[in-house]
Amino acid sequence: MTKKPDYNQREIMAITAGRMVENGDVIFCGTGLAQIAATVAKKMYAPDSIIFFETGGIDTELPEMPLSVSDLRVMYRTGMNAGLLESFSILSNKKVHSKAFLGAAQIDRFGNLNTTCIGDYLHPAIRFPGSGGACDAACLAAEVIIFMEHEKKRFVDKLDYLTSPGWLSGAKAREKAGLQRGGPSAVVTNLGVMKFDEKTKKMYLFQYHPGVSPEQIKENTSFEIDISRATESKPVTKAELKILREEVDPQGLII
Amino acid sequence: MTAKILTLPEAVKTFIKDGSHIAIGGFVCTRNPMAITCEIIRQRKKDLHLYVHSHGQALDLLIGAGCVKRVELAYAGMGRFASTCIRFRKAVQNGEIEWEDYTNYEMTLRFFAGSLGIPFMPTKTSLGSDILNKEGFKPGTRKERKVASKKLTVIDNPFSDTGDRVVLVPAINADIALIHAQYAGEEGTVRIEGLTLTDVEIAKCADKLIVTCEEIVPESYLRQNPDLNCLPSFLVDAVVAAPYGAHPTSCFNFYDYDAKHLNMYRDTAENDENFAKYLDEWVYGISSHAKYLEKVGIERLLEIKANPAFGFKPGLERG
Repeated sequence: MTKKPDYNQREIMAITAGRMVENGDVIFCGTGLAQIAATVAKKMYAPDSIIFFETGGIDTELPEMPLSVSDLRVMYRTGMNAGLLESFSILSNKKVHSKAFLGAAQIDRFGNLNTTCIGDYLHPAIRFPGSGGACDAACLAAEVIIFMEHEKKRFVDKLDYLTSPGWLSGAKAREKAGLQRGGPSAVVTNLGVMKFDEKTKKMYLFQYHPGVSPEQIKENTSFEIDISRATESKPVTKAELKILREEVDPQGLII
Repeated sequence: MTAKILTLPEAVKTFIKDGSHIAIGGFVCTRNPMAITCEIIRQRKKDLHLYVHSHGQALDLLIGAGCVKRVELAYAGMGRFASTCIRFRKAVQNGEIEWEDYTNYEMTLRFFAGSLGIPFMPTKTSLGSDILNKEGFKPGTRKERKVASKKLTVIDNPFSDTGDRVVLVPAINADIALIHAQYAGEEGTVRIEGLTLTDVEIAKCADKLIVTCEEIVPESYLRQNPDLNCLPSFLVDAVVAAPYGAHPTSCFNFYDYDAKHLNMYRDTAENDENFAKYLDEWVYGISSHAKYLEKVGIERLLEIKANPAFGFKPGLERG
């Protein structure tokens, strides 16, 4: 019997995504886990990365965990307090390696995302909030990292609504659509990390978390996924968990 | 007192009609113009056409109270307090309103185009998405006053022969813009602290602009630090004093969001009957903004009062 890990699924997702940030990255930060991952990155792996919010909070300190991108906590001692126009000019600025963290209700094999609705657009069974800045980040950022709970109903063959473009229909599709750069580089889930094949842009299993089997990931994915290249991800360390729990989200608002 | 300074009931009565097209400032859980939103509901305005980028409480309350016919938006949510605005979600699922989805950047560009007096703006966002491919408004709606003839369109970049595609988004020219600021001068000069969001562009895209504010101050005070001002007085049509006028959303340097109220709202809004009671208790049954604040209570208002060293309330109970 495998030992039950001493961290929860959100913690391993935040730490895994945080490890993907590099010094010099300019992080377009959404709500929830994205904020945790960005803060984890800044405190542990990439102190010279920059966090900014689409609302205009640019280079923020985040003294406490914000609960939305317009939380007053994103406005405290920033490099600059501005507005949406300024933020989007940073997101799409060619000088900047903007890296966006996005989540969604549904994802397909090419990393396209749905945050709009389940069912027909005009007669939805469930309505979600909509794009917000997610489609903007998916179209304009230099790179996108996606968070998902790994479930069959979320990893779908066909999205009910394509809110935010991933690799669209595969190789060269972004370029054909008129998009100039970007595209998702990784999908971080509670079970592992998926990446996209360089040629086909189809999702494949890159890493499975300790205690998870590649078959388990296959079972929780509606579309066919290549698991032949997968290796086990690096275990979460005690030091990482300590910083995450004591410094990043001590009030336990998101984790 | 200048002629521009009105009370909440006067401002709504003077400027807002049934069927008005209203652009609303603020973002998700900050600086929603809530005091004037409640007054609009109290005066039972109906068939409103709203424009917002990412919006929360004001949008949800107006929809829930049945004041809204259509909304053009990018996002309806309250962050961790409600990942999707509850009355918005129900109204869409029940087909009670018409809606059109854009992105935040697109809505910002649309307000900006309106403020500049130009018909559209180009952008690279939304290429390849269903935002581009699916329309929400009924065909007849496209013929209505102030509604763009189509949602968006794609053209080839006219400055290149490589077939580079660009999205055009139509300008928003609202009847009324509503924003909530920290300060307004007696003649209307506006000062917003913290993030300005898209409020400056929203303010300028409409025929009439109503500014509600925490404090009305002498114009001479605002002229001591003009770098901090974001709208000149002559663009403002009405100034309304509304201290705590964004409650239960936040207002930088003045107060944090009221997490307890927002959690209570979320639980209430899920149930039609309870939501009707909420409206009775917090909107219809209240005769003035001062009475509203009395109902919120001094204890809660002190609890969320911003610490001037931070601009928010550190350690606020937010669970």
